[in-house]
Amino acid sequence: MNWKMSRIVRTVTNFLIVPIIVFGIYLVLHGHLTPGGGFQGGAVIASSTALLIIAYGTLGEHEKDLSSVEALGLTLFILIALLGIGTTMFYNFLAGAGGVFGGTIPEGINPGYINTGGTIPLMNIFVGLEVTAALSLIIWMMSKETFVINSEKKEVKD
Amino acid sequence: MRKAIAVLALLILFVFLAMGAIEMRPFGEPEETEMDDYFLYDEEEGSQAHNHVNNVVTAVLFDYRGLDTLGEATILFAAVSGVLTVLRELKKEGGKDD
Repeated sequence: MNWKMSRIVRTVTNFLIVPIIVFGIYLVLHGHLTPGGGFQGGAVIASSTALLIIAYGTLGEHEKDLSSVEALGLTLFILIALLGIGTTMFYNFLAGAGGVFGGTIPEGINPGYINTGGTIPLMNIFVGLEVTAALSLIIWMMSKETFVINSEKKEVKD
Repeated sequence: MRKAIAVLALLILFVFLAMGAIEMRPFGEPEETEMDDYFLYDEEEGSQAHNHVNNVVTAVLFDYRGLDTLGEATILFAAVSGVLTVLRELKKEGGKDD
Protein backbone atom coordinates (compact mmCIF):
# COMPACT_ATOMS: atom_id res chain seq x y z
CA MET A 1 0.00 0.00 0.00
CA ASN A 2 1.52 3.23 -1.01
CA TRP A 3 -0.94 5.76 0.23
CA LYS A 4 -0.53 7.84 3.34
CA MET A 5 -2.86 10.05 5.23
CA SER A 6 -2.38 13.79 5.16
CA ARG A 7 0.56 15.56 6.72
CA ILE A 8 -1.63 16.81 9.57
CA VAL A 9 -2.62 13.29 10.58
CA ARG A 10 0.95 12.06 10.34
CA THR A 11 2.27 14.92 12.47
CA VAL A 12 -0.36 14.39 15.15
CA THR A 13 0.46 10.68 15.07
CA ASN A 14 4.11 11.44 15.65
CA PHE A 15 3.19 13.41 18.74
CA LEU A 16 0.58 10.99 20.08
CA ILE A 17 2.60 7.82 19.67
CA VAL A 18 4.86 8.59 22.64
CA PRO A 19 2.14 9.16 25.30
CA ILE A 20 0.25 6.09 24.09
CA ILE A 21 3.29 3.83 24.44
CA VAL A 22 4.28 5.36 27.77
CA PHE A 23 0.76 4.87 29.11
CA GLY A 24 0.82 1.23 27.98
CA ILE A 25 4.16 0.62 29.67
CA TYR A 26 2.82 2.27 32.82
CA LEU A 27 -0.22 -0.02 32.79
CA VAL A 28 2.01 -3.08 32.44
CA LEU A 29 4.54 -2.10 35.09
CA HIS A 30 1.94 -1.01 37.66
CA GLY A 31 -0.26 -4.04 37.12
CA HIS A 32 0.17 -5.17 40.73
CA LEU A 33 -0.67 -1.77 42.18
CA THR A 34 -3.46 -0.26 40.11
CA PRO A 35 -6.15 -1.53 37.78
CA GLY A 36 -4.57 -2.75 34.60
CA GLY A 37 -2.00 -5.38 33.87
CA GLY A 38 -0.34 -7.24 31.08
CA PHE A 39 -3.34 -7.75 28.85
CA GLN A 40 -4.68 -4.22 29.05
CA GLY A 41 -1.28 -2.56 28.73
CA GLY A 42 -0.35 -4.77 25.82
CA ALA A 43 -3.58 -3.86 24.04
CA VAL A 44 -2.86 -0.16 24.58
CA ILE A 45 0.65 -0.50 23.13
CA ALA A 46 -0.72 -2.49 20.19
CA SER A 47 -3.17 0.33 19.48
CA SER A 48 -0.16 2.52 18.75
CA THR A 49 0.74 0.08 15.98
CA ALA A 50 -2.74 0.44 14.56
CA LEU A 51 -2.38 4.22 14.67
CA LEU A 52 0.93 4.07 12.82
CA ILE A 53 -0.47 1.75 10.16
CA ILE A 54 -3.53 3.93 9.64
CA ALA A 55 -1.44 7.08 9.35
CA TYR A 56 1.43 5.78 7.28
CA GLY A 57 -0.24 3.00 5.29
CA THR A 58 2.45 0.42 5.93
CA LEU A 59 5.20 -0.37 8.35
CA GLY A 60 7.43 -2.42 6.12
CA GLU A 61 8.15 -6.09 5.94
CA HIS A 62 9.60 -6.87 9.33
CA GLU A 63 6.49 -8.37 10.90
CA LYS A 64 8.11 -11.77 11.34
CA ASP A 65 10.33 -10.33 14.08
CA LEU A 66 7.22 -9.71 16.18
CA SER A 67 6.41 -13.41 15.97
CA SER A 68 9.61 -14.32 17.80
CA VAL A 69 8.94 -11.60 20.39
CA GLU A 70 5.55 -13.15 21.04
CA ALA A 71 6.98 -16.64 21.38
CA LEU A 72 9.66 -15.28 23.71
CA GLY A 73 7.07 -13.67 25.97
CA LEU A 74 5.00 -16.81 26.22
CA THR A 75 8.06 -18.98 26.85
CA LEU A 76 9.33 -16.73 29.63
CA PHE A 77 5.85 -16.70 31.18
CA ILE A 78 5.75 -20.49 31.28
CA LEU A 79 9.34 -20.55 32.57
CA ILE A 80 8.47 -18.27 35.50
CA ALA A 81 5.45 -20.48 36.21
CA LEU A 82 7.60 -23.60 36.19
CA LEU A 83 10.27 -22.09 38.45
CA GLY A 84 7.93 -22.47 41.40
CA ILE A 85 7.25 -26.12 40.64
CA GLY A 86 8.86 -27.10 43.95
CA THR A 87 5.58 -26.25 45.64
CA THR A 88 3.16 -26.03 42.79
CA MET A 89 2.98 -24.50 39.36
CA PHE A 90 2.51 -20.71 39.46
CA TYR A 91 3.79 -20.65 43.05
CA ASN A 92 4.80 -17.13 43.99
CA PHE A 93 8.27 -18.00 45.22
CA LEU A 94 9.63 -14.44 45.01
CA ALA A 95 7.02 -12.72 47.18
CA GLY A 96 8.51 -11.31 50.33
CA ALA A 97 11.85 -13.01 49.73
CA GLY A 98 13.82 -9.82 49.21
CA GLY A 99 15.65 -8.92 46.06
CA VAL A 100 13.91 -8.21 42.78
CA PHE A 101 10.20 -7.55 43.35
CA GLY A 102 10.56 -9.23 46.75
CA GLY A 103 9.78 -6.32 49.03
CA THR A 104 7.19 -6.53 51.73
CA ILE A 105 4.32 -4.10 52.11
CA PRO A 106 3.01 -2.77 55.41
CA GLU A 107 -0.36 -3.93 56.63
CA GLY A 108 -3.30 -1.72 55.89
CA ILE A 109 -3.76 1.18 53.53
CA ASN A 110 -0.55 2.16 51.77
CA PRO A 111 0.35 4.11 48.64
CA GLY A 112 1.69 1.06 46.83
CA TYR A 113 5.30 0.08 46.32
CA ILE A 114 6.56 -1.08 42.96
CA ASN A 115 9.17 -3.45 44.37
CA THR A 116 6.60 -5.90 45.70
CA GLY A 117 4.56 -8.75 44.36
CA GLY A 118 7.12 -11.45 43.63
CA THR A 119 6.50 -13.16 40.31
CA ILE A 120 3.33 -11.20 39.57
CA PRO A 121 5.03 -8.10 38.06
CA LEU A 122 7.38 -10.34 36.07
CA MET A 123 4.44 -12.28 34.66
CA ASN A 124 2.71 -8.97 33.88
CA ILE A 125 5.74 -7.84 31.90
CA PHE A 126 5.96 -11.07 29.92
CA VAL A 127 2.24 -11.23 29.23
CA GLY A 128 2.39 -7.58 28.16
CA LEU A 129 5.22 -8.42 25.77
CA GLU A 130 3.23 -11.29 24.31
CA VAL A 131 -0.04 -9.40 23.94
CA THR A 132 1.72 -6.41 22.38
CA ALA A 133 3.45 -8.58 19.82
CA ALA A 134 0.39 -10.71 19.10
CA LEU A 135 -2.11 -7.90 18.55
CA SER A 136 0.39 -5.82 16.59
CA LEU A 137 1.15 -8.82 14.42
CA ILE A 138 -2.52 -9.46 13.66
CA ILE A 139 -3.11 -5.79 12.74
CA TRP A 140 0.07 -5.70 10.68
CA MET A 141 -0.69 -8.87 8.74
CA MET A 142 -4.23 -7.78 7.97
CA SER A 143 -3.06 -4.40 6.75
CA LYS A 144 -0.84 -5.89 4.05
CA GLU A 145 -2.40 -6.19 0.68
CA THR A 146 -0.13 -8.78 -0.85
CA PHE A 147 -2.22 -11.51 0.71
CA VAL A 148 -5.46 -10.50 -0.91
CA ILE A 149 -4.12 -11.35 -4.31
CA ASN A 150 -3.25 -14.95 -3.98
CA SER A 151 0.18 -15.84 -5.20
CA GLU A 152 1.14 -13.52 -7.99
CA LYS A 153 2.97 -10.38 -7.08
CA LYS A 154 0.76 -7.47 -7.92
CA GLU A 155 2.44 -4.49 -9.44
CA VAL A 156 1.26 -1.46 -7.60
CA LYS A 157 0.44 1.34 -9.95
CA ASP A 158 0.45 4.68 -8.33
CA MET B 1 -45.65 13.03 19.83
CA ARG B 2 -42.28 11.35 19.49
CA LYS B 3 -40.59 14.43 20.90
CA ALA B 4 -42.92 14.41 23.90
CA ILE B 5 -42.13 10.76 24.60
CA ALA B 6 -38.42 11.45 24.27
CA VAL B 7 -38.56 14.40 26.65
CA LEU B 8 -40.59 12.37 29.14
CA ALA B 9 -38.11 9.49 29.02
CA LEU B 10 -35.23 11.91 29.44
CA LEU B 11 -36.88 13.50 32.46
CA ILE B 12 -37.53 10.15 34.15
CA LEU B 13 -33.98 9.07 33.51
CA PHE B 14 -32.66 12.37 34.81
CA VAL B 15 -34.68 12.05 38.01
CA PHE B 16 -33.32 8.59 38.71
CA LEU B 17 -29.75 9.66 37.95
CA ALA B 18 -30.07 12.72 40.16
CA MET B 19 -31.44 10.58 42.99
CA GLY B 20 -28.46 8.27 42.62
CA ALA B 21 -26.03 11.17 42.58
CA ILE B 22 -27.57 12.73 45.70
CA GLU B 23 -27.44 9.51 47.66
CA MET B 24 -23.86 8.74 46.64
CA ARG B 25 -21.39 8.26 49.44
CA PRO B 26 -18.44 10.68 49.73
CA PHE B 27 -15.43 9.95 47.59
CA GLY B 28 -12.85 7.69 49.19
CA GLU B 29 -15.02 6.50 52.06
CA PRO B 30 -16.26 2.97 51.41
CA GLU B 31 -19.45 2.01 53.17
CA GLU B 32 -18.51 -1.62 53.69
CA THR B 33 -15.00 -2.76 54.51
CA GLU B 34 -15.66 -6.37 55.42
CA MET B 35 -14.49 -7.51 52.00
CA ASP B 36 -11.24 -5.57 52.32
CA ASP B 37 -10.68 -7.04 55.75
CA TYR B 38 -11.13 -10.52 54.35
CA PHE B 39 -9.32 -10.29 51.02
CA LEU B 40 -6.65 -7.67 51.70
CA TYR B 41 -5.85 -7.25 55.37
CA ASP B 42 -6.35 -10.76 56.74
CA GLU B 43 -3.17 -11.78 58.52
CA GLU B 44 -2.96 -15.29 57.14
CA GLU B 45 -4.95 -15.49 53.92
CA GLY B 46 -5.17 -11.85 52.84
CA SER B 47 -3.34 -10.91 49.70
CA GLN B 48 -1.16 -8.34 51.48
CA ALA B 49 0.27 -10.89 53.90
CA HIS B 50 0.10 -13.88 51.58
CA ASN B 51 1.28 -12.48 48.25
CA HIS B 52 2.59 -9.00 49.17
CA VAL B 53 0.30 -7.45 46.58
CA ASN B 54 -2.15 -4.61 47.03
CA ASN B 55 -4.19 -5.54 43.98
CA VAL B 56 -6.32 -8.59 44.75
CA VAL B 57 -7.50 -8.93 41.16
CA THR B 58 -3.93 -9.25 39.91
CA ALA B 59 -3.15 -11.72 42.64
CA VAL B 60 -6.06 -13.86 41.51
CA LEU B 61 -5.18 -13.54 37.82
CA PHE B 62 -1.48 -14.28 38.02
CA ASP B 63 -1.13 -16.35 41.15
CA TYR B 64 -4.16 -18.26 42.33
CA ARG B 65 -5.54 -18.84 38.85
CA GLY B 66 -2.33 -18.53 36.88
CA LEU B 67 -3.21 -21.56 34.82
CA ASP B 68 -6.24 -19.65 33.56
CA THR B 69 -3.99 -16.81 32.42
CA LEU B 70 -1.70 -19.30 30.75
CA GLY B 71 -4.72 -20.56 28.81
CA GLU B 72 -5.61 -17.04 27.74
CA ALA B 73 -2.08 -16.38 26.53
CA THR B 74 -2.11 -19.67 24.65
CA ILE B 75 -5.39 -18.75 22.99
CA LEU B 76 -3.80 -15.52 21.79
CA PHE B 77 -0.83 -17.46 20.48
CA ALA B 78 -3.14 -19.83 18.64
CA ALA B 79 -5.06 -16.91 17.15
CA VAL B 80 -1.87 -15.38 15.81
CA SER B 81 -0.81 -18.75 14.41
CA GLY B 82 -4.14 -18.98 12.61
CA VAL B 83 -3.84 -15.48 11.17
CA LEU B 84 -0.28 -16.16 10.01
CA THR B 85 -1.41 -19.42 8.41
CA VAL B 86 -4.38 -17.95 6.58
CA LEU B 87 -2.60 -14.81 5.38
CA ARG B 88 0.74 -16.38 4.51
CA GLU B 89 2.45 -15.57 1.26
CA LEU B 90 2.03 -18.42 -1.16
CA LYS B 91 4.86 -19.18 -3.51
CA LYS B 92 3.85 -20.24 -6.96
CA GLU B 93 5.69 -23.30 -8.24
CA GLY B 94 5.48 -24.01 -11.94
CA GLY B 95 2.41 -21.90 -12.32
CA LYS B 96 -0.01 -24.81 -12.47
CA ASP B 97 -1.47 -24.66 -8.99
CA ASP B 98 -4.23 -22.19 -9.62
